[in-house]
Order: sequence, then structure tokens, then C-alpha cells
Amino acid sequence: MATVELRELRRVFGDVVALDGIQLTIESGEFLSFLGPSGCGKTTALRLVAGFDRPTSGRVLLGGKDVTHVGPNRRGIGMVFQAYSLFPNMTAEENVGFGLKVRKQPRDSRGRRVAELLELVGLADAAERYPHQLSGGMQQRVALARALAIEPEVLLLDEPLSALDAKVRVQLRDEIRRIQTRLGITTIYVTHDQEEALSISDRVAVLSKGRIEQIASPAEIYGAPGTPFVAEFVGTMNRISATVADTERGEVDVTGTGVAVEAARGRRRGEAVLLLVRPETVELEAAAADGDGLTGEVLSHTFLGSVTRLHVTIGAVEWSADLSTERASALPVGARVRLSFPAASAQLLSLGESEELPAADPDDR
Amino acid sequence: MRRRIAPGAVLWLLIGVAYLLIPLVATSIYSLKSNQTGKCCTLENYGEIIHDPAFWKSFRISFVLALETIVIGLVLLVPTVYWVNLKLPRLRPVIGFLALIPFVVPPIVLVVGLLDVFRDTPDWFYAKPYGFLAAAYVILAFPYIYFSLDAGFRAIDVHTLTEASQSLGASWRTTLGRVIIPNIRAAALAGALLTFAIVMGEYTIASLATFDTFPVYIQVVNQNRGFPASALVLLSFGITWAAMIAIVLVGRGRGPASGAQVGGVR
Repeated sequence: MATVELRELRRVFGDVVALDGIQLTIESGEFLSFLGPSGCGKTTALRLVAGFDRPTSGRVLLGGKDVTHVGPNRRGIGMVFQAYSLFPNMTAEENVGFGLKVRKQPRDSRGRRVAELLELVGLADAAERYPHQLSGGMQQRVALARALAIEPEVLLLDEPLSALDAKVRVQLRDEIRRIQTRLGITTIYVTHDQEEALSISDRVAVLSKGRIEQIASPAEIYGAPGTPFVAEFVGTMNRISATVADTERGEVDVTGTGVAVEAARGRRRGEAVLLLVRPETVELEAAAADGDGLTGEVLSHTFLGSVTRLHVTIGAVEWSADLSTERASALPVGARVRLSFPAASAQLLSLGESEELPAADPDDR
Repeated sequence: MRRRIAPGAVLWLLIGVAYLLIPLVATSIYSLKSNQTGKCCTLENYGEIIHDPAFWKSFRISFVLALETIVIGLVLLVPTVYWVNLKLPRLRPVIGFLALIPFVVPPIVLVVGLLDVFRDTPDWFYAKPYGFLAAAYVILAFPYIYFSLDAGFRAIDVHTLTEASQSLGASWRTTLGRVIIPNIRAAALAGALLTFAIVMGEYTIASLATFDTFPVYIQVVNQNRGFPASALVLLSFGITWAAMIAIVLVGRGRGPASGAQVGGVR
């Protein structure tokens, strides 16, 4: 399997800079996701790797070979599209065999390979069916089998699950990962769904406005977002303005209250920072009206299934906290609460970096 | 419970059927009358037409012309419409406008203009129906083929299918031949049928350019021989329909996919 290298990749459409100097190496056998909101350049990047589009400047290397000016039909990549990519005039079997037929592989070995792949995606008994006789999930399985049939060096997936319903999506997602691990094929996966990206990838590259904001393991992206954008885009995050108060013990000042945050150690005293706290790390307990620490009032409850999210106002600042539904019911709307979180779990970002905060996208929880 | 059909609907249906059938029935009665005695019923008019070499000759000219027009039209337009839909969508309104011109320009203007334009071309083109007339008919058929194809191309996801095909290693030619054309076949067929009907019935251009095509022959018979003309009209009606059905059968091919596609792709 091959490595994929993107070198200073830039793509400009008229006045719009879709990709602004992407520099990235994807290791052989690695599963990397491009994650970002629509218009961030993730699909543009994938299309440049596939060869459907040419970069304005920069280079694409597959397995160390410069393929920037090689046509898509000679790159040896397999691609799975969002939807409607199966050839309507061919059966599932013929679709999967198409790439082999184009390569003039003899009929019998082709037949064996097709059967093997349909088996791999669990559709051995749907070989004779036409795309319009298959469900959306089955169509995407066939599309995956078709892309893998040609034994590509690199597998590219362009939001392959976005047209499917939630249950099939999770199921197929796990299956893609299982097959990828088994074949050890270098894979690039494009998605705007952070849950998908985090659950399936070895590494995630978060893109915004044509640039890579952060590239790291899913755990790191979630637990230690490198930029305010990543903090905002991935998962739900409390983003609270604070000032570094004590650089030795590690303490920041939040609306006049000192709060222990390990990340404050070694920073500059008085520095304006953004305090990032995941709602699931926040603890709430009933408090007296004049209690010290971060105390405030429960504003509302949102039932999320496994947890209930409580919105709490402290001063003028609103916090979110995820509690088990049982515990949440003990803290009704209007209750006085004291808020805390483990000092090691919170992140700090310099406020200077936080000018370009994205608007919260309701689709991306 | 079965739904009852409203009496008003039945009335309109009957009027419609009568409108279509009365001329056919009247013509067929007329065609069975003897050209000598004017009495019913004899098949001698049909015999006369069928044994007229000019009938077969003119029919053959028009039939071959129709096929030629269809082939040239599709060869020119399938790749063009494909490319425009794929790469130059901004040109679509321009081509749509160009395609309307043959509707707007009267045939007399078209033929005078074409005769003038092609005046200096060699005889094998200028003096032959398969040259000059075919060129004129391709222009005449342009809107019919274009709009059919355009609808067909818009019904499929041209971009995704093309990219999927390319990513699997197919060249442009393979993509067009194995992926795109099979999926717009119904649209191409529709354009072909319209073209066939137009060429089989086009009189003005052929007559003005003095070619003996089928419609010109019908007109000559009509002027000179009353009852055989009716027989000829019915014969041409039947033959044209048979030819169209043949095109449908040939174009549709076999297999369940083609059956599903005639109703609409995907």
C-alpha cells in the first residue's frame, strides 16, 4: 500500500481560495479523515488526490511518485462517492467487475474476484440485482466493493454514509473500518460528521477555510483541541473567557472567581485566555444561596437520551453540564448549584487566537 | 369498490377517439373503391401502389435518409450534450437557443439559404438526397434530438457516473460507450423516433430542392390518382409505424435494465 503526500496544495476557484497550502503525509495503511464544515476544502482536497481536479499549485504524491498531472483513470485509486455512483445499467456484479473488465482481466478470474468482494461486503446473494433494486446502504456496499475490486493503492471515501439513515450509517461505518483494517489499505475519508470521523480514523485532519486546523488522533482532537475552531467544531465545549491568575498553582479567574486549571501553569499572569471545558467533565451540586466558588442557577434541562444537559448561568456566563438523568432530576430549573470540574481536564487557549470562531452549526452536535 | 368513470369523461374520450379514427376509417373506405368504377370494395388500389417502382424507390430514399439523419444527429449531439452537461453547463442556454432556430426559421428560408450555402459543393453531395437533404434534415432534427438528449442527461448524475468510471480506470471513450450511452438510451431513442417521423414526412425542403422523397411521391400520386392516393396514405401510415416499432425494439435491446430504463433512468 502507498503513502499519500500533499505538498503545499493550493486550489483557487476565481476569487475563492478553496485550499490554502495543505501539507500532509498519510502513512501507508493509515485511515485519515478530513473533517470540517461545508466549504472548508475537504472535498476539494480529496478530488485533487483522486485526480478529478488539478491544483493551482502544489503537488500530490502517491507512493512517492508525483501524480499531480496524471489522469484519474491512471492513478490506481478506488473511490466511493456520496450516492448515485453505481452504473444504473449494470447489475451489482457487473458494477463490481467494471474496473477489472476495463483492465481486460479474463472472465473467470474476474468472476472469482467479484464474488469474493461481494462476499466481503455481505452481498453475495444480491449479485444479480440492479442498483434500483438495492437499498441505499446496499448500494454503498456495492460501491465499496467496486472501489476495492481494482486493488487500489489508496481508497478515497467522499461522505459515503451521509445519504443513509442513522442506524445503517453506524453499521456500515464499522464495516468500512473493519474491511480497511483487514486489507491494510491507505484510506482518506471525508466527512462533516465529527462522530463519524472520530470513531473510524487513525488520525483526523480538521479543516477550516482551506487550511488544516489540527491533525491528530481522535482522542487528541477531542481531548486537547489545538485551536478554538477545533474546540468549537468537535463535540460540545464550554468556552469561557478567563484570565490567568496564578501561574504556579495553576489558577484562572472566571467572572471574579478563582478556579484551579492545571494548564494555567507556566503561562503569563494576567493573560486573557479561553477556558475550554467539556460538559461531561462538569460536576454540579446543590449549593447555598451565598456559597463560594462558581455558583449559579439552573436555567434549563435538555434530555439527550443517555444524559441530561443542564444549562447553568453563573454571572453573565452560561455553562453546559451533562449529568445522568437521575442526578439531573435532583437539580430542577431554578435550583442554586455549585459548578466544578477536574483541574486536569480543562484546556486553555490564548484569546488572541480566538477571533475567528465559527458559528455553532446545529447539525454538528 | 370500483371507481365509476364520469359520463363527461366518457363523452370527451369518445370525441377524441372519433377525431383520430374518422379520417383513418374514411380514408380506408375511400382506398377500397375502384379507381375505374368508383365502387366498393377492391384491393386494386393497394396493388397498384405496391407494384409501382416509384413507391419503393421514394420510400427507400426517405427511409435511408431518416436513418442517416438519426446517426449523424446522434453522433454529433451525444458527445456534445455530454460534454456541455459535464464541463460547460454555462453553455446550456446558448445551445438551447440555437436548437430553437430550426423551429423559428421557415423551411422555405432554410432551403433557399442552404441551396445557396452549398452551391459550390461537389455534385455527389449537392445533387444527392443523401448529401444535401441529409445535411438539411440534421439541422431540422437538431432541436428534437437535442432536447431529448438534454432531458436524458439531466436525469442521470453525469458527474458522479463519469468520475466513478474514471476512477475505475476507464478512458473517456470507455466511459461514454459503456456507462453514459447505455443510461441515456431511452432519451436517444426518443430523439431518434421524432427524427424518423420528421424525415419520413418532410415535404417542403425535399420538393423545393427537387428530390423524389416519399412525401413528394405521395403528393404526386395525390394530385393524379384519387383512390390509390388513399391506399398510399394508409400504407405509409402502417409502414412508418412498423418502422418506428422496429427502431424501438432494436434500440431497447434485451435485459431487465433496459426495460426499467424506458420508464426513466435510476
